[in-house]
Amino acid sequence: MDITVNILMTIATAATPLLIAAIGELVVERSGVLNLGVEGMMVMGTIGGFGAAYLTGNPWIGLFAGIALGALFSLLFAVMTLSLATNQVATGLSLTILGLGLSGMMGTNFVGLPGERLPNLYIPVLTDIPVIGRLLFGQDPIFYLSIVLVIAVAWFLFRTRTGLTLRSIGDSHTSAHALGIQVIRYRYLAVIFGGACAGLAGAHLSLVYTPQWVENMTAGRGWIALALVVFASWRPLRVLAGAYIFGAVWIGQLHAQAFGIPVPSQFLSSLPYLATIVVLVLISRNKRLTMMNTPASLGQPFVPDR
Amino acid sequence: MSLQENAVNLLEVRGLTKIFGSLKACDHIDLAIAKGEIHALLGENGAGKSTLVKMLFGSLEPNAGDIFWNGQKVGIPNPGAAKKLGIGMVFQHFSLFEALTAAENIALSLDDGAPIGTIAAKARALSYSYGLPLDPDSLVGDLSVGERQRIEIIRCLLQTPQLIILDEPTSVLTPQEADKLFETLERLRSEGKSILYISHRLEEVKRMCDRATVLRHGKVVGHCNPREETAASLARMMVGNEVHAVVRQPVEGIEKAQSLLEVVNLNRQPATPFSIPLKNINLSVRAGEVIGIAGVAGNGQGEFFEAVSGEVLQNDTASVRIRGKNAGGLSITGRRLLGAAFVPEERLGHGAAPRMKLSENLLLSRHATDGKMFVGAGGMVNSSSIYSAAQRIIEVMDVRKSAPDPEAAALSGGNLQKFIVGRELDRKPSVMVVNQPTWGVDAGAAAHIRQALIELARSGSAVLVISQDLDELFEISDSIAVMHHGELSKPMPIAEATFEKVGLLMGGAETGHPEHAAEVA
Repeated sequence: MDITVNILMTIATAATPLLIAAIGELVVERSGVLNLGVEGMMVMGTIGGFGAAYLTGNPWIGLFAGIALGALFSLLFAVMTLSLATNQVATGLSLTILGLGLSGMMGTNFVGLPGERLPNLYIPVLTDIPVIGRLLFGQDPIFYLSIVLVIAVAWFLFRTRTGLTLRSIGDSHTSAHALGIQVIRYRYLAVIFGGACAGLAGAHLSLVYTPQWVENMTAGRGWIALALVVFASWRPLRVLAGAYIFGAVWIGQLHAQAFGIPVPSQFLSSLPYLATIVVLVLISRNKRLTMMNTPASLGQPFVPDR
Repeated sequence: MSLQENAVNLLEVRGLTKIFGSLKACDHIDLAIAKGEIHALLGENGAGKSTLVKMLFGSLEPNAGDIFWNGQKVGIPNPGAAKKLGIGMVFQHFSLFEALTAAENIALSLDDGAPIGTIAAKARALSYSYGLPLDPDSLVGDLSVGERQRIEIIRCLLQTPQLIILDEPTSVLTPQEADKLFETLERLRSEGKSILYISHRLEEVKRMCDRATVLRHGKVVGHCNPREETAASLARMMVGNEVHAVVRQPVEGIEKAQSLLEVVNLNRQPATPFSIPLKNINLSVRAGEVIGIAGVAGNGQGEFFEAVSGEVLQNDTASVRIRGKNAGGLSITGRRLLGAAFVPEERLGHGAAPRMKLSENLLLSRHATDGKMFVGAGGMVNSSSIYSAAQRIIEVMDVRKSAPDPEAAALSGGNLQKFIVGRELDRKPSVMVVNQPTWGVDAGAAAHIRQALIELARSGSAVLVISQDLDELFEISDSIAVMHHGELSKPMPIAEATFEKVGLLMGGAETGHPEHAAEVA
């Protein structure tokens, strides 16, 4: 029984950073901006989280440093693509390359040092309930935050006027501009939110997942988050499903490899990617729904004529 | 109306100027709109109407000049400021969000923060009271152009504006829908609202508008009372000279002529959720005749053109036949080699590559059909013969340009269209299919293109013209068919066709066979 609970908890830990990075990017893309720099912003969050926690001895300070660094990094992207109207794909890619290099440089002295870990939640009595106690009341704080984020983003996008405005900008920025909506301002806020989420997701890696610093520690999770957004057809709850499927198969194949199942390990390692894509493609079979949710102005620079 | 009431105009514009690079799009424009009047803004494409209106709505910033609202000098830095003053705008296109519902679209332009549910109820009530029924929960992408325009109008009315700007509102409506719109406008006028009405349709301007301001090349060329003018005198003011009427000689014995383009039971599934399926289309165009396809935009004309031109291949190769040969499975080039020529609706990026020279664009579309002439031994391009062919087309079609062989994007829309049509005519194709031949082309150039199409047909080719412009179709077609929801009516000989009959078909009143109705009667 304890093993099952442990496995379920590791699944949540594996899924949480993907979920947070993806939900942030979802908001960015819903506003019509394609930020391919998720990996770069995320790794900045990782190094920022580790560094600040190590230097102050307080993982909470690390958490906020990670968020701030991710947001700051996305601001660079926002200035380039929104104010200077550079190509979003190229700028996003260079943001990733810059982030990986910069974090490696910042982290040279941190390699191999023990980090601070954010403590798991513990509520007397509740957490001690067998099986569900730890699952519901004994996880790390960022796990709870990630679930709140998904629900908040879904509510914001589909139940509030501001969310409607954001979606309309993603559908057609020229129409939105013609209505007097401040397209650039909304997009700045969306991009910075996405950056903060990526930073938070990165900080989760060095404060919860494996409290240490290794260069290139995000290991492509930013790219997986980007793919999740697309395959989830820009719907928050599907991103949640996708992140957890990925996490579950990921942990599952690790255990399978440990048991020595006679299947090539390369195949097992690729399973999480395959499974996530297959499941998400199946749930987004409805072409009409996909079209409705795809931000039509995604990736196009917006330059209002004056 | 006494002098007192007239003293303060609702909106007055003095010396408004907008310069793009070296072009004066608007040059010292003066305009005054009184309370409770419908004021027409007339002008050819490129005369500066849209630029002027965009400045009034705050989406463009004037370089010089003043705007007065109720006698007070105001600045309109953005569309939000225009709305606050009480200026509402119904755009020609480009301001609705296809992936959102009607109610959401309306909510976006209101600032009161009311929940979407109440907005939907308000919109429904208002739309019925103006006789413009609207389902707030429907997705805009699913609606016809006429219905979309209703959303625009309702959205505008919900902001209770004092001045409503309508940009070419009837260009996408059936005649019946347009009548409905005129009733709504009359009612708004009787409520004391002012309307700035932009159009190039002179008849409706004469019918509705109290005053008119005419623009040409960015300047005001005159103010007048359209009721005291004739359509011809208004046209003269707009164009600056007489427009030659198109001549269409009747044809004899067309029934016996050979069918050069046949469409047989053409079906097509919608490619995207917002596109129209084609349902069992049958049509035959004979040598010597021009057949026109009318229809409100977005009823499957684009899909039909793609299927006929070979941009989309058919499973049933016999569903499109060119000069008696099955062409349904052939690519565009394959169909061109059979003697067909195609002019798509979109000029830049579809009909021509914007950043390439005219001669290069000529080679792109004709390298296969005129391979011997344009491509020499070993596949080397023969630039001098291409260049001289391009110059010949430019001369025949009277294309006005700034350089000997300019980039396609450097030409104005009308001149580029003349070149693209001329490029196909130059081949003397036996089948010519044109989608929106004169969309956005000024009257002089449009007459030129129309005459050229008629002459091509009379020289023994089959010409198929898809157009939203009914006047144009009545001018050039020998028969008119109507497309509605992906179905095509039987072609009506021009002698029997009237605006009313075609309009009813466009609205979907009796799809199919008009002569059945006649038999019953």
